[in-house]
Amino acid sequence: MANETVLFAKGVCKSFPGVKALRGVNFTLRAGEIHALMGENGAGKSTLIKVLTGVYSKDAGEIFLGDAAKPINVKSPREAQDLGISTVYQEIGLCPNLTVAENMFIGRSKSPFISWRETNARTAKILADLGIPAKPERQLANCSLAVRQMVAIARAMDLNCKVLILDEPTSSLDESEVESLFNLMRDLKARGVGIIFVTHFLDQVYKVCDRITVLRNGELVGEYPLAELPRLALIEKMMGKELQELSEVHAESRDFTGLTPLVEVKDLKSEAGIEPFDFKNYPGEVTGFTGLLGSGRSECVRAIFGADKVTGGEIKVKGQTAKISQPLEAMRLGLAYLPEDRGRDGIVADLSVRENIILALQVMKGFFRPFSKKRASVLADEYIKLLRVKTASQDTLVGSLSGGNQQKVILARWLLTKPDYLILDEPTRGIDVGTKTEIQKLVVRLSSEGMGITFISSEIEEMLRTCSRLIVMRDRKVVGAISGSDLSQDNIMRTIAEG
Amino acid sequence: MAAKDLSPKTRSEPMSDTTSLLIITVAIFLVMYLTAAYLFSDKGFAKPQMFFNLLNENAALIIISCGLSIVMIAGGIDISVGGLTALITVACVVHLNDMEGSSFLTSLLLALGIGLAFGLVQGFLVAYLDIQPFIVTLAGMFFARGQAAMIDTQTRTVANESFSALAQMRIRLPIGSVNNNGVFVQAYMELGVVIALLVVAALFVTLRYTTFGRSLYAVGGNKQSALMLGLNVKRTKFLSHVLCGLLTGLGGFVFLLHVRSGAVTHAAGYEMDAIAASIIGGTMLTGGVGNIFGTFIGVLTKGAIGNIVRAMGLVGSWWPGITLAAMLCFFLILQSVITSRKRAKIG
Repeated sequence: MANETVLFAKGVCKSFPGVKALRGVNFTLRAGEIHALMGENGAGKSTLIKVLTGVYSKDAGEIFLGDAAKPINVKSPREAQDLGISTVYQEIGLCPNLTVAENMFIGRSKSPFISWRETNARTAKILADLGIPAKPERQLANCSLAVRQMVAIARAMDLNCKVLILDEPTSSLDESEVESLFNLMRDLKARGVGIIFVTHFLDQVYKVCDRITVLRNGELVGEYPLAELPRLALIEKMMGKELQELSEVHAESRDFTGLTPLVEVKDLKSEAGIEPFDFKNYPGEVTGFTGLLGSGRSECVRAIFGADKVTGGEIKVKGQTAKISQPLEAMRLGLAYLPEDRGRDGIVADLSVRENIILALQVMKGFFRPFSKKRASVLADEYIKLLRVKTASQDTLVGSLSGGNQQKVILARWLLTKPDYLILDEPTRGIDVGTKTEIQKLVVRLSSEGMGITFISSEIEEMLRTCSRLIVMRDRKVVGAISGSDLSQDNIMRTIAEG
Repeated sequence: MAAKDLSPKTRSEPMSDTTSLLIITVAIFLVMYLTAAYLFSDKGFAKPQMFFNLLNENAALIIISCGLSIVMIAGGIDISVGGLTALITVACVVHLNDMEGSSFLTSLLLALGIGLAFGLVQGFLVAYLDIQPFIVTLAGMFFARGQAAMIDTQTRTVANESFSALAQMRIRLPIGSVNNNGVFVQAYMELGVVIALLVVAALFVTLRYTTFGRSLYAVGGNKQSALMLGLNVKRTKFLSHVLCGLLTGLGGFVFLLHVRSGAVTHAAGYEMDAIAASIIGGTMLTGGVGNIFGTFIGVLTKGAIGNIVRAMGLVGSWWPGITLAAMLCFFLILQSVITSRKRAKIG
């Protein structure tokens, strides 16, 4: 049974303006298997899924369903559903204000009237058959997230689905909920459904999956049976090895014993759900948080900076116990944070370069004491030169700059506040190689001037060049720290895999 | 590791939002009315006719509020209903008084036609051109009052025999009370009340037992999800406005039956009264939650507040408004607590 192909995609290509999201990707799903689709951010996982379910139209390639000779051309999620391809998303998909039974059957009935008794009875039968612990009459909002997801799966099953796509279904479930979801998945697998499982939890992949397809930068790395791809190999395939074109930057290891740490945290945890962690950063030291996407790298630094609400633990800044409940307090203590998502957390696209640069300093000074235009323009000019921001003038809107230059503007904003401790979260994502090197050089230079820096990047090479100590994370937990001569790509990957 | 029981720990089945809000509404109305009946029995509160007068006064508002509730359940809003009611009274009076061969039947058709036209246009703009319902119906409100003034700025009384006969119809009930002279007087309802009760019953069934009714809830609850579940979101929104227009047409006719005159100034603030009644009745402004029976009780609650405040001797015209405001605040806080409690439990 496990050999029959239910879905076969061949040479799928998809481009967005400026990005080739998928380059000739092949994908095969067999009946009765759980197939993990893996890849780092930007690898093309979600694009592939959206092409399969008709959210995006593909530029090239063919998709075959079952053993049909004619390729299918799906134009909408609804059409995909009719063909037997169903997707269960984490958030959207069901109506929480309706009952479980209604969510199962709404939009499917041809009759203008509803028989509640029949709807509830049929739902009860389907739920019992799949072993889902939910009552048909209950309002969905009163069910746990796990049950909601299972109801969505039950609906898909009742619609005769052959291909079930689960997109990050486990990220907000607790352990026992994950377990019952897995039981349901195994049950469906035994019934011959092909399941595509997208997740960033490695443990879960090794628990339920049969086969893994790895994508990187929009290209297929390969398809492997689970048994033939140990964790370490999987991580290598997901992360890849970068070209050694930027080797002139390198961090030195220094001895910090005897110094007071700039920032020291103990058992810190936050509302974002990271395991309590310890961490310290000395003046002049560059540390890094590494791990796969979703491992909790950003959540750690967000907790330190007060961007996520801290729920436990202790923070000391320069030896003094500090209470940081919002970013402004962190800023006043000399901390600065360059966020991961430029668009959402950093750039004010409709303001000029100058206004964006002085923003953080202005906030610290107070809004009722504005800078004179002259003072602001002197400050902005200094940093535009220092960081070599390519902009027509100070008055250019930041939104019209390239990604790399936007990043430099945000960097300038934080440098202007003369922080003692600077957190850079993915500062080089999506910018060109030249700018990347400049930013790396700047990090090394700033640290040699005594600034403490924490650097986060998805590219291990970059971390190795800039950091002298790396904190390794997996599944929202710190699993190790590597420093000095132990710093190597192999070591990092081994720690991520085995911890 | 064994999978834990995923059902919540509560002993009884949790109620849906719609049900819990409805129960609160009905309880408050009963407590309020029975207390008033006991305290102000000297002012006639205990007499059945007092209650039926509440219905007689508010029959039109019940029908109109039902239409508005439907739009609100589907996640929209319609503030044109007051203006539209005024337009219908004016148009119908002109039709009944000045045109040959007019009867109550043709005026009913005219009222429904005007309501339908408004519903179709507003529904089209909201659903298919994706314009904010507040803006669309704000324009509708101005247009309707303006149109009414264009037809006639005077207040005119209906002078049409077939219509007047209908308007004077009294439905005598087997209950009643003994008056000051010791004579037993039967309580009565106007025709409009019968129409309103039929509308409430029909809509109750529609919302609960038809695919269309449930689609309204799905669309109001989560548009994106409703789309993914295979519902025609645009058509559902469109139809909610059409239905609201038609019901306002019917409500306008019932209004005319009660006041027997047409004027630009009629039904002033009706849209706000209808929104208030819907909210008191447990309809949520955010959509997806609501109940027609609740709206019916909401209108009666709103009406009873006015009567009780007067009975208490608070003659100032502001008192009913202030009491209503307090009630509304109470209900909005209640709704917010119910939704946030739910979010806290799940999140």
